[in-house]
Amino acid sequence: MKMPLSAVIGLFMTGAFLFIALFAQWIAPYPIDSAVGKVWEGPSAQFWLGTDTIGRDILSRLIYGAQVTIFVALVSSLLSFGMGAFFGFLAATRGGWIDTGLSRLVDLMMAVPSLIVALVVLSVLPLNLIVLILVMGVLDSTRVFRLSRAVAVDITVMDYVEAARLRGERQSWIIFREILPNALSPLVAEFGLRFIFAVLFISTLSFLGLGIQPPETDWGGMVRENKDGLIYGKAAALMPAAAIAVLAISVNLVADWVLSRTSSLKGGRGG
Amino acid sequence: MADLLEFRNLKIEATSYPPGEPPRHVVLVDDVSVTVAKGKVLGLIGESGAGKSTIGLSAMAFGRGGVRLTGGQIMLNGRDLRQVDAAGLRAMRGHEVTYVAQSAAAAFNPAWRLMDQVIETCLQHKLMDRKAAETRAVELFRRLGLPNPETFGNRYPHQVSGGQLQRAMTAMALCPKPDLVIFDEPTTALDVTTQIEVLAAIKEAIHDTGVAALYITHDLAVVAQVADDILVLRGGKKVEYGSTDQIIHAPQQPYTKALVSVRSIEHVEKVFPDAVLTVQNVTARYRGTNFDVLKNVTVDVAAGQTLAVVGESGSGKSTLARVITGLLPAAQGRIQFAGRTLSADLAQRSKDDLRELQMIYQMADTAMNPRQTVGTIIGRPLEFYFGLKGEARRKRVQELLEQIEMGAGFIDRYPAELSGGQKQRVCIARALAAKPKVIICDEVTSALDPLVADGILKLLLDLQAREGVAYLFITHDLATVRAIADKIAVMHRGAVVRYGAKTDVLSPPFDDYTDLLLSSVPEMELGWLEGVLAGRRMESAGN
Repeated sequence: MKMPLSAVIGLFMTGAFLFIALFAQWIAPYPIDSAVGKVWEGPSAQFWLGTDTIGRDILSRLIYGAQVTIFVALVSSLLSFGMGAFFGFLAATRGGWIDTGLSRLVDLMMAVPSLIVALVVLSVLPLNLIVLILVMGVLDSTRVFRLSRAVAVDITVMDYVEAARLRGERQSWIIFREILPNALSPLVAEFGLRFIFAVLFISTLSFLGLGIQPPETDWGGMVRENKDGLIYGKAAALMPAAAIAVLAISVNLVADWVLSRTSSLKGGRGG
Repeated sequence: MADLLEFRNLKIEATSYPPGEPPRHVVLVDDVSVTVAKGKVLGLIGESGAGKSTIGLSAMAFGRGGVRLTGGQIMLNGRDLRQVDAAGLRAMRGHEVTYVAQSAAAAFNPAWRLMDQVIETCLQHKLMDRKAAETRAVELFRRLGLPNPETFGNRYPHQVSGGQLQRAMTAMALCPKPDLVIFDEPTTALDVTTQIEVLAAIKEAIHDTGVAALYITHDLAVVAQVADDILVLRGGKKVEYGSTDQIIHAPQQPYTKALVSVRSIEHVEKVFPDAVLTVQNVTARYRGTNFDVLKNVTVDVAAGQTLAVVGESGSGKSTLARVITGLLPAAQGRIQFAGRTLSADLAQRSKDDLRELQMIYQMADTAMNPRQTVGTIIGRPLEFYFGLKGEARRKRVQELLEQIEMGAGFIDRYPAELSGGQKQRVCIARALAAKPKVIICDEVTSALDPLVADGILKLLLDLQAREGVAYLFITHDLATVRAIADKIAVMHRGAVVRYGAKTDVLSPPFDDYTDLLLSSVPEMELGWLEGVLAGRRMESAGN
């Protein structure tokens, strides 16, 4: 199958972001926290995207910010998928009170807006990367739980799962070998989406001051630092915002392609 | 008599998009020419993929998604439908030509009353006003033998049985007084005892209204009852075309001959050695209900032999399989297996209990994980029960593939790359891999074309002779029972109504239900339907 143009673009852009995040230390022209120019300079040959509220190079900070933003979003998404999918599959295959208990617990968690929960929890706990990732991962895992349970419920009624049960297979075989491969395509597509939500979530938290703490920075924090510049017509705050938007679009392009590709393989019968 | 419909060198094509490959061009129907005279019934017969439904729909100049009518002419009432514009086609569909689908349950809108749906086309085409249309619908309900014809239309689709729904759809098709009705496997999804009623109703309605019909089916015995002429199709091409009499009694082509003589496996029942599986006084109900789906069932399966469990849908035959496998623990009764008492619950059973009792499903499609290769599907029981790994496991899988007559080359294929018959064979190999004493076969041939099903039955008999495995064979198809059974249990409403050796069960005197069941199986003979119905009328008059 030929790769559609949108997927090529998405893949290229996502790859570029990952490359920048991985090699930020070598790519960034200036250090992250030293004032190298005047306050709010416009784009020039020296500072490609200009300087920020205290004269630091925006491009360099964007590059370092990519590292933190992508790392936190990725790890928390992985955590939420690991937890959500495992418990979702468990609930679907075991049914009964395990299913009821887990589902009601998740309903309970989803009843409160996750941003509010996050704000409350983060204002109590010490602010560091691990706590941040854990909070985001656990809060997001409720959505993944719902999806993976719904997908797995459809799969557990298939005859091949019954055949595995009759063979005497253990729970882990049924979850990881019979259900997971068949649930993968909606989950992968959802991963793209949830990753973007994680990027937005960490940016929101940082914007509100509860996320990444200085001198470290991420894109949400940069918007916050430079938001006052908007009043004076300085575009510094728009740079990180644009980076968030571009990353969101390119990851989604890839996720769309993965979904359309794997869903045509799914079942594959009669095709 | 004037020709109503004529296909001239009809050619139908489609483009398919197999995953991971460039799009492929397929010719579905190639150079088919046939005519239907006014008031005559043409039977279209063939296996799945023969193009019979495609041809049927093309009589309305309609093709399902991606299907294109690319060549030839479709002459209806003297004009070529391929030249008619969209508005003209809309006026023709539902007025001149109507359609009866296979699954009435899926074809009716559950939110509407039957009457509104039956007369919808009449009102749409402004053929008659609501009052006249309802009068006609009631008249058709009466003619089709539906209960309480005056009020039948007030019901919703879920309030009537499957057979009644199928007749309601026939009424819907006949309501606008069409010239031609397309029947697309109208009785395939029904039980035999229901099928005969619907078949008789359709035949009578066709006769009374003088409408012409295309009758699509894969069952030659069924089409022989209603059609005047038969067109045999294979792979989109015409195989043979002739009067029903000629096709049934003097088929010319080898393929037609094979279709006519299908299910002619001779199987002489064996003497009975000791029972390997005994079901004693088993009663079962689903959780949260107080209705016994199995009532005091007692049967046994002798080692190396076949017990056929026969019944209609809802008779409890599949529930019996679930109870024996432990998926639905029995409320009362005992199950003895190879000298041991089986625990009612699956979770309590030993690995050997599980290994020696295997199961094959009706839908091979859903019985295999689409993400596993044939090698994994067959190899897993080998690894799980016998600890076979690596090369030894691969070798044994290849042996099993040879045994099911498929060849070792299939080992790395995925289920999607197999045909229906091959899928069922792989399922058989998976069951065999466990070296079982008993295999439960749940309607294993009902989803397959007759010739393919025949191959599967032969394979099963062959394996039984070689491996000495016993079968508990669940089916609704009496021809299959004749072909494979040593013993038969007839089930009706959760109870065994007749049980014994094959020849005893299938020879008179019969109890009422077995008699009804046996006499309802279509036979490949002209006038069979009338004969059976006449016989039943006389009986009820005599009572």
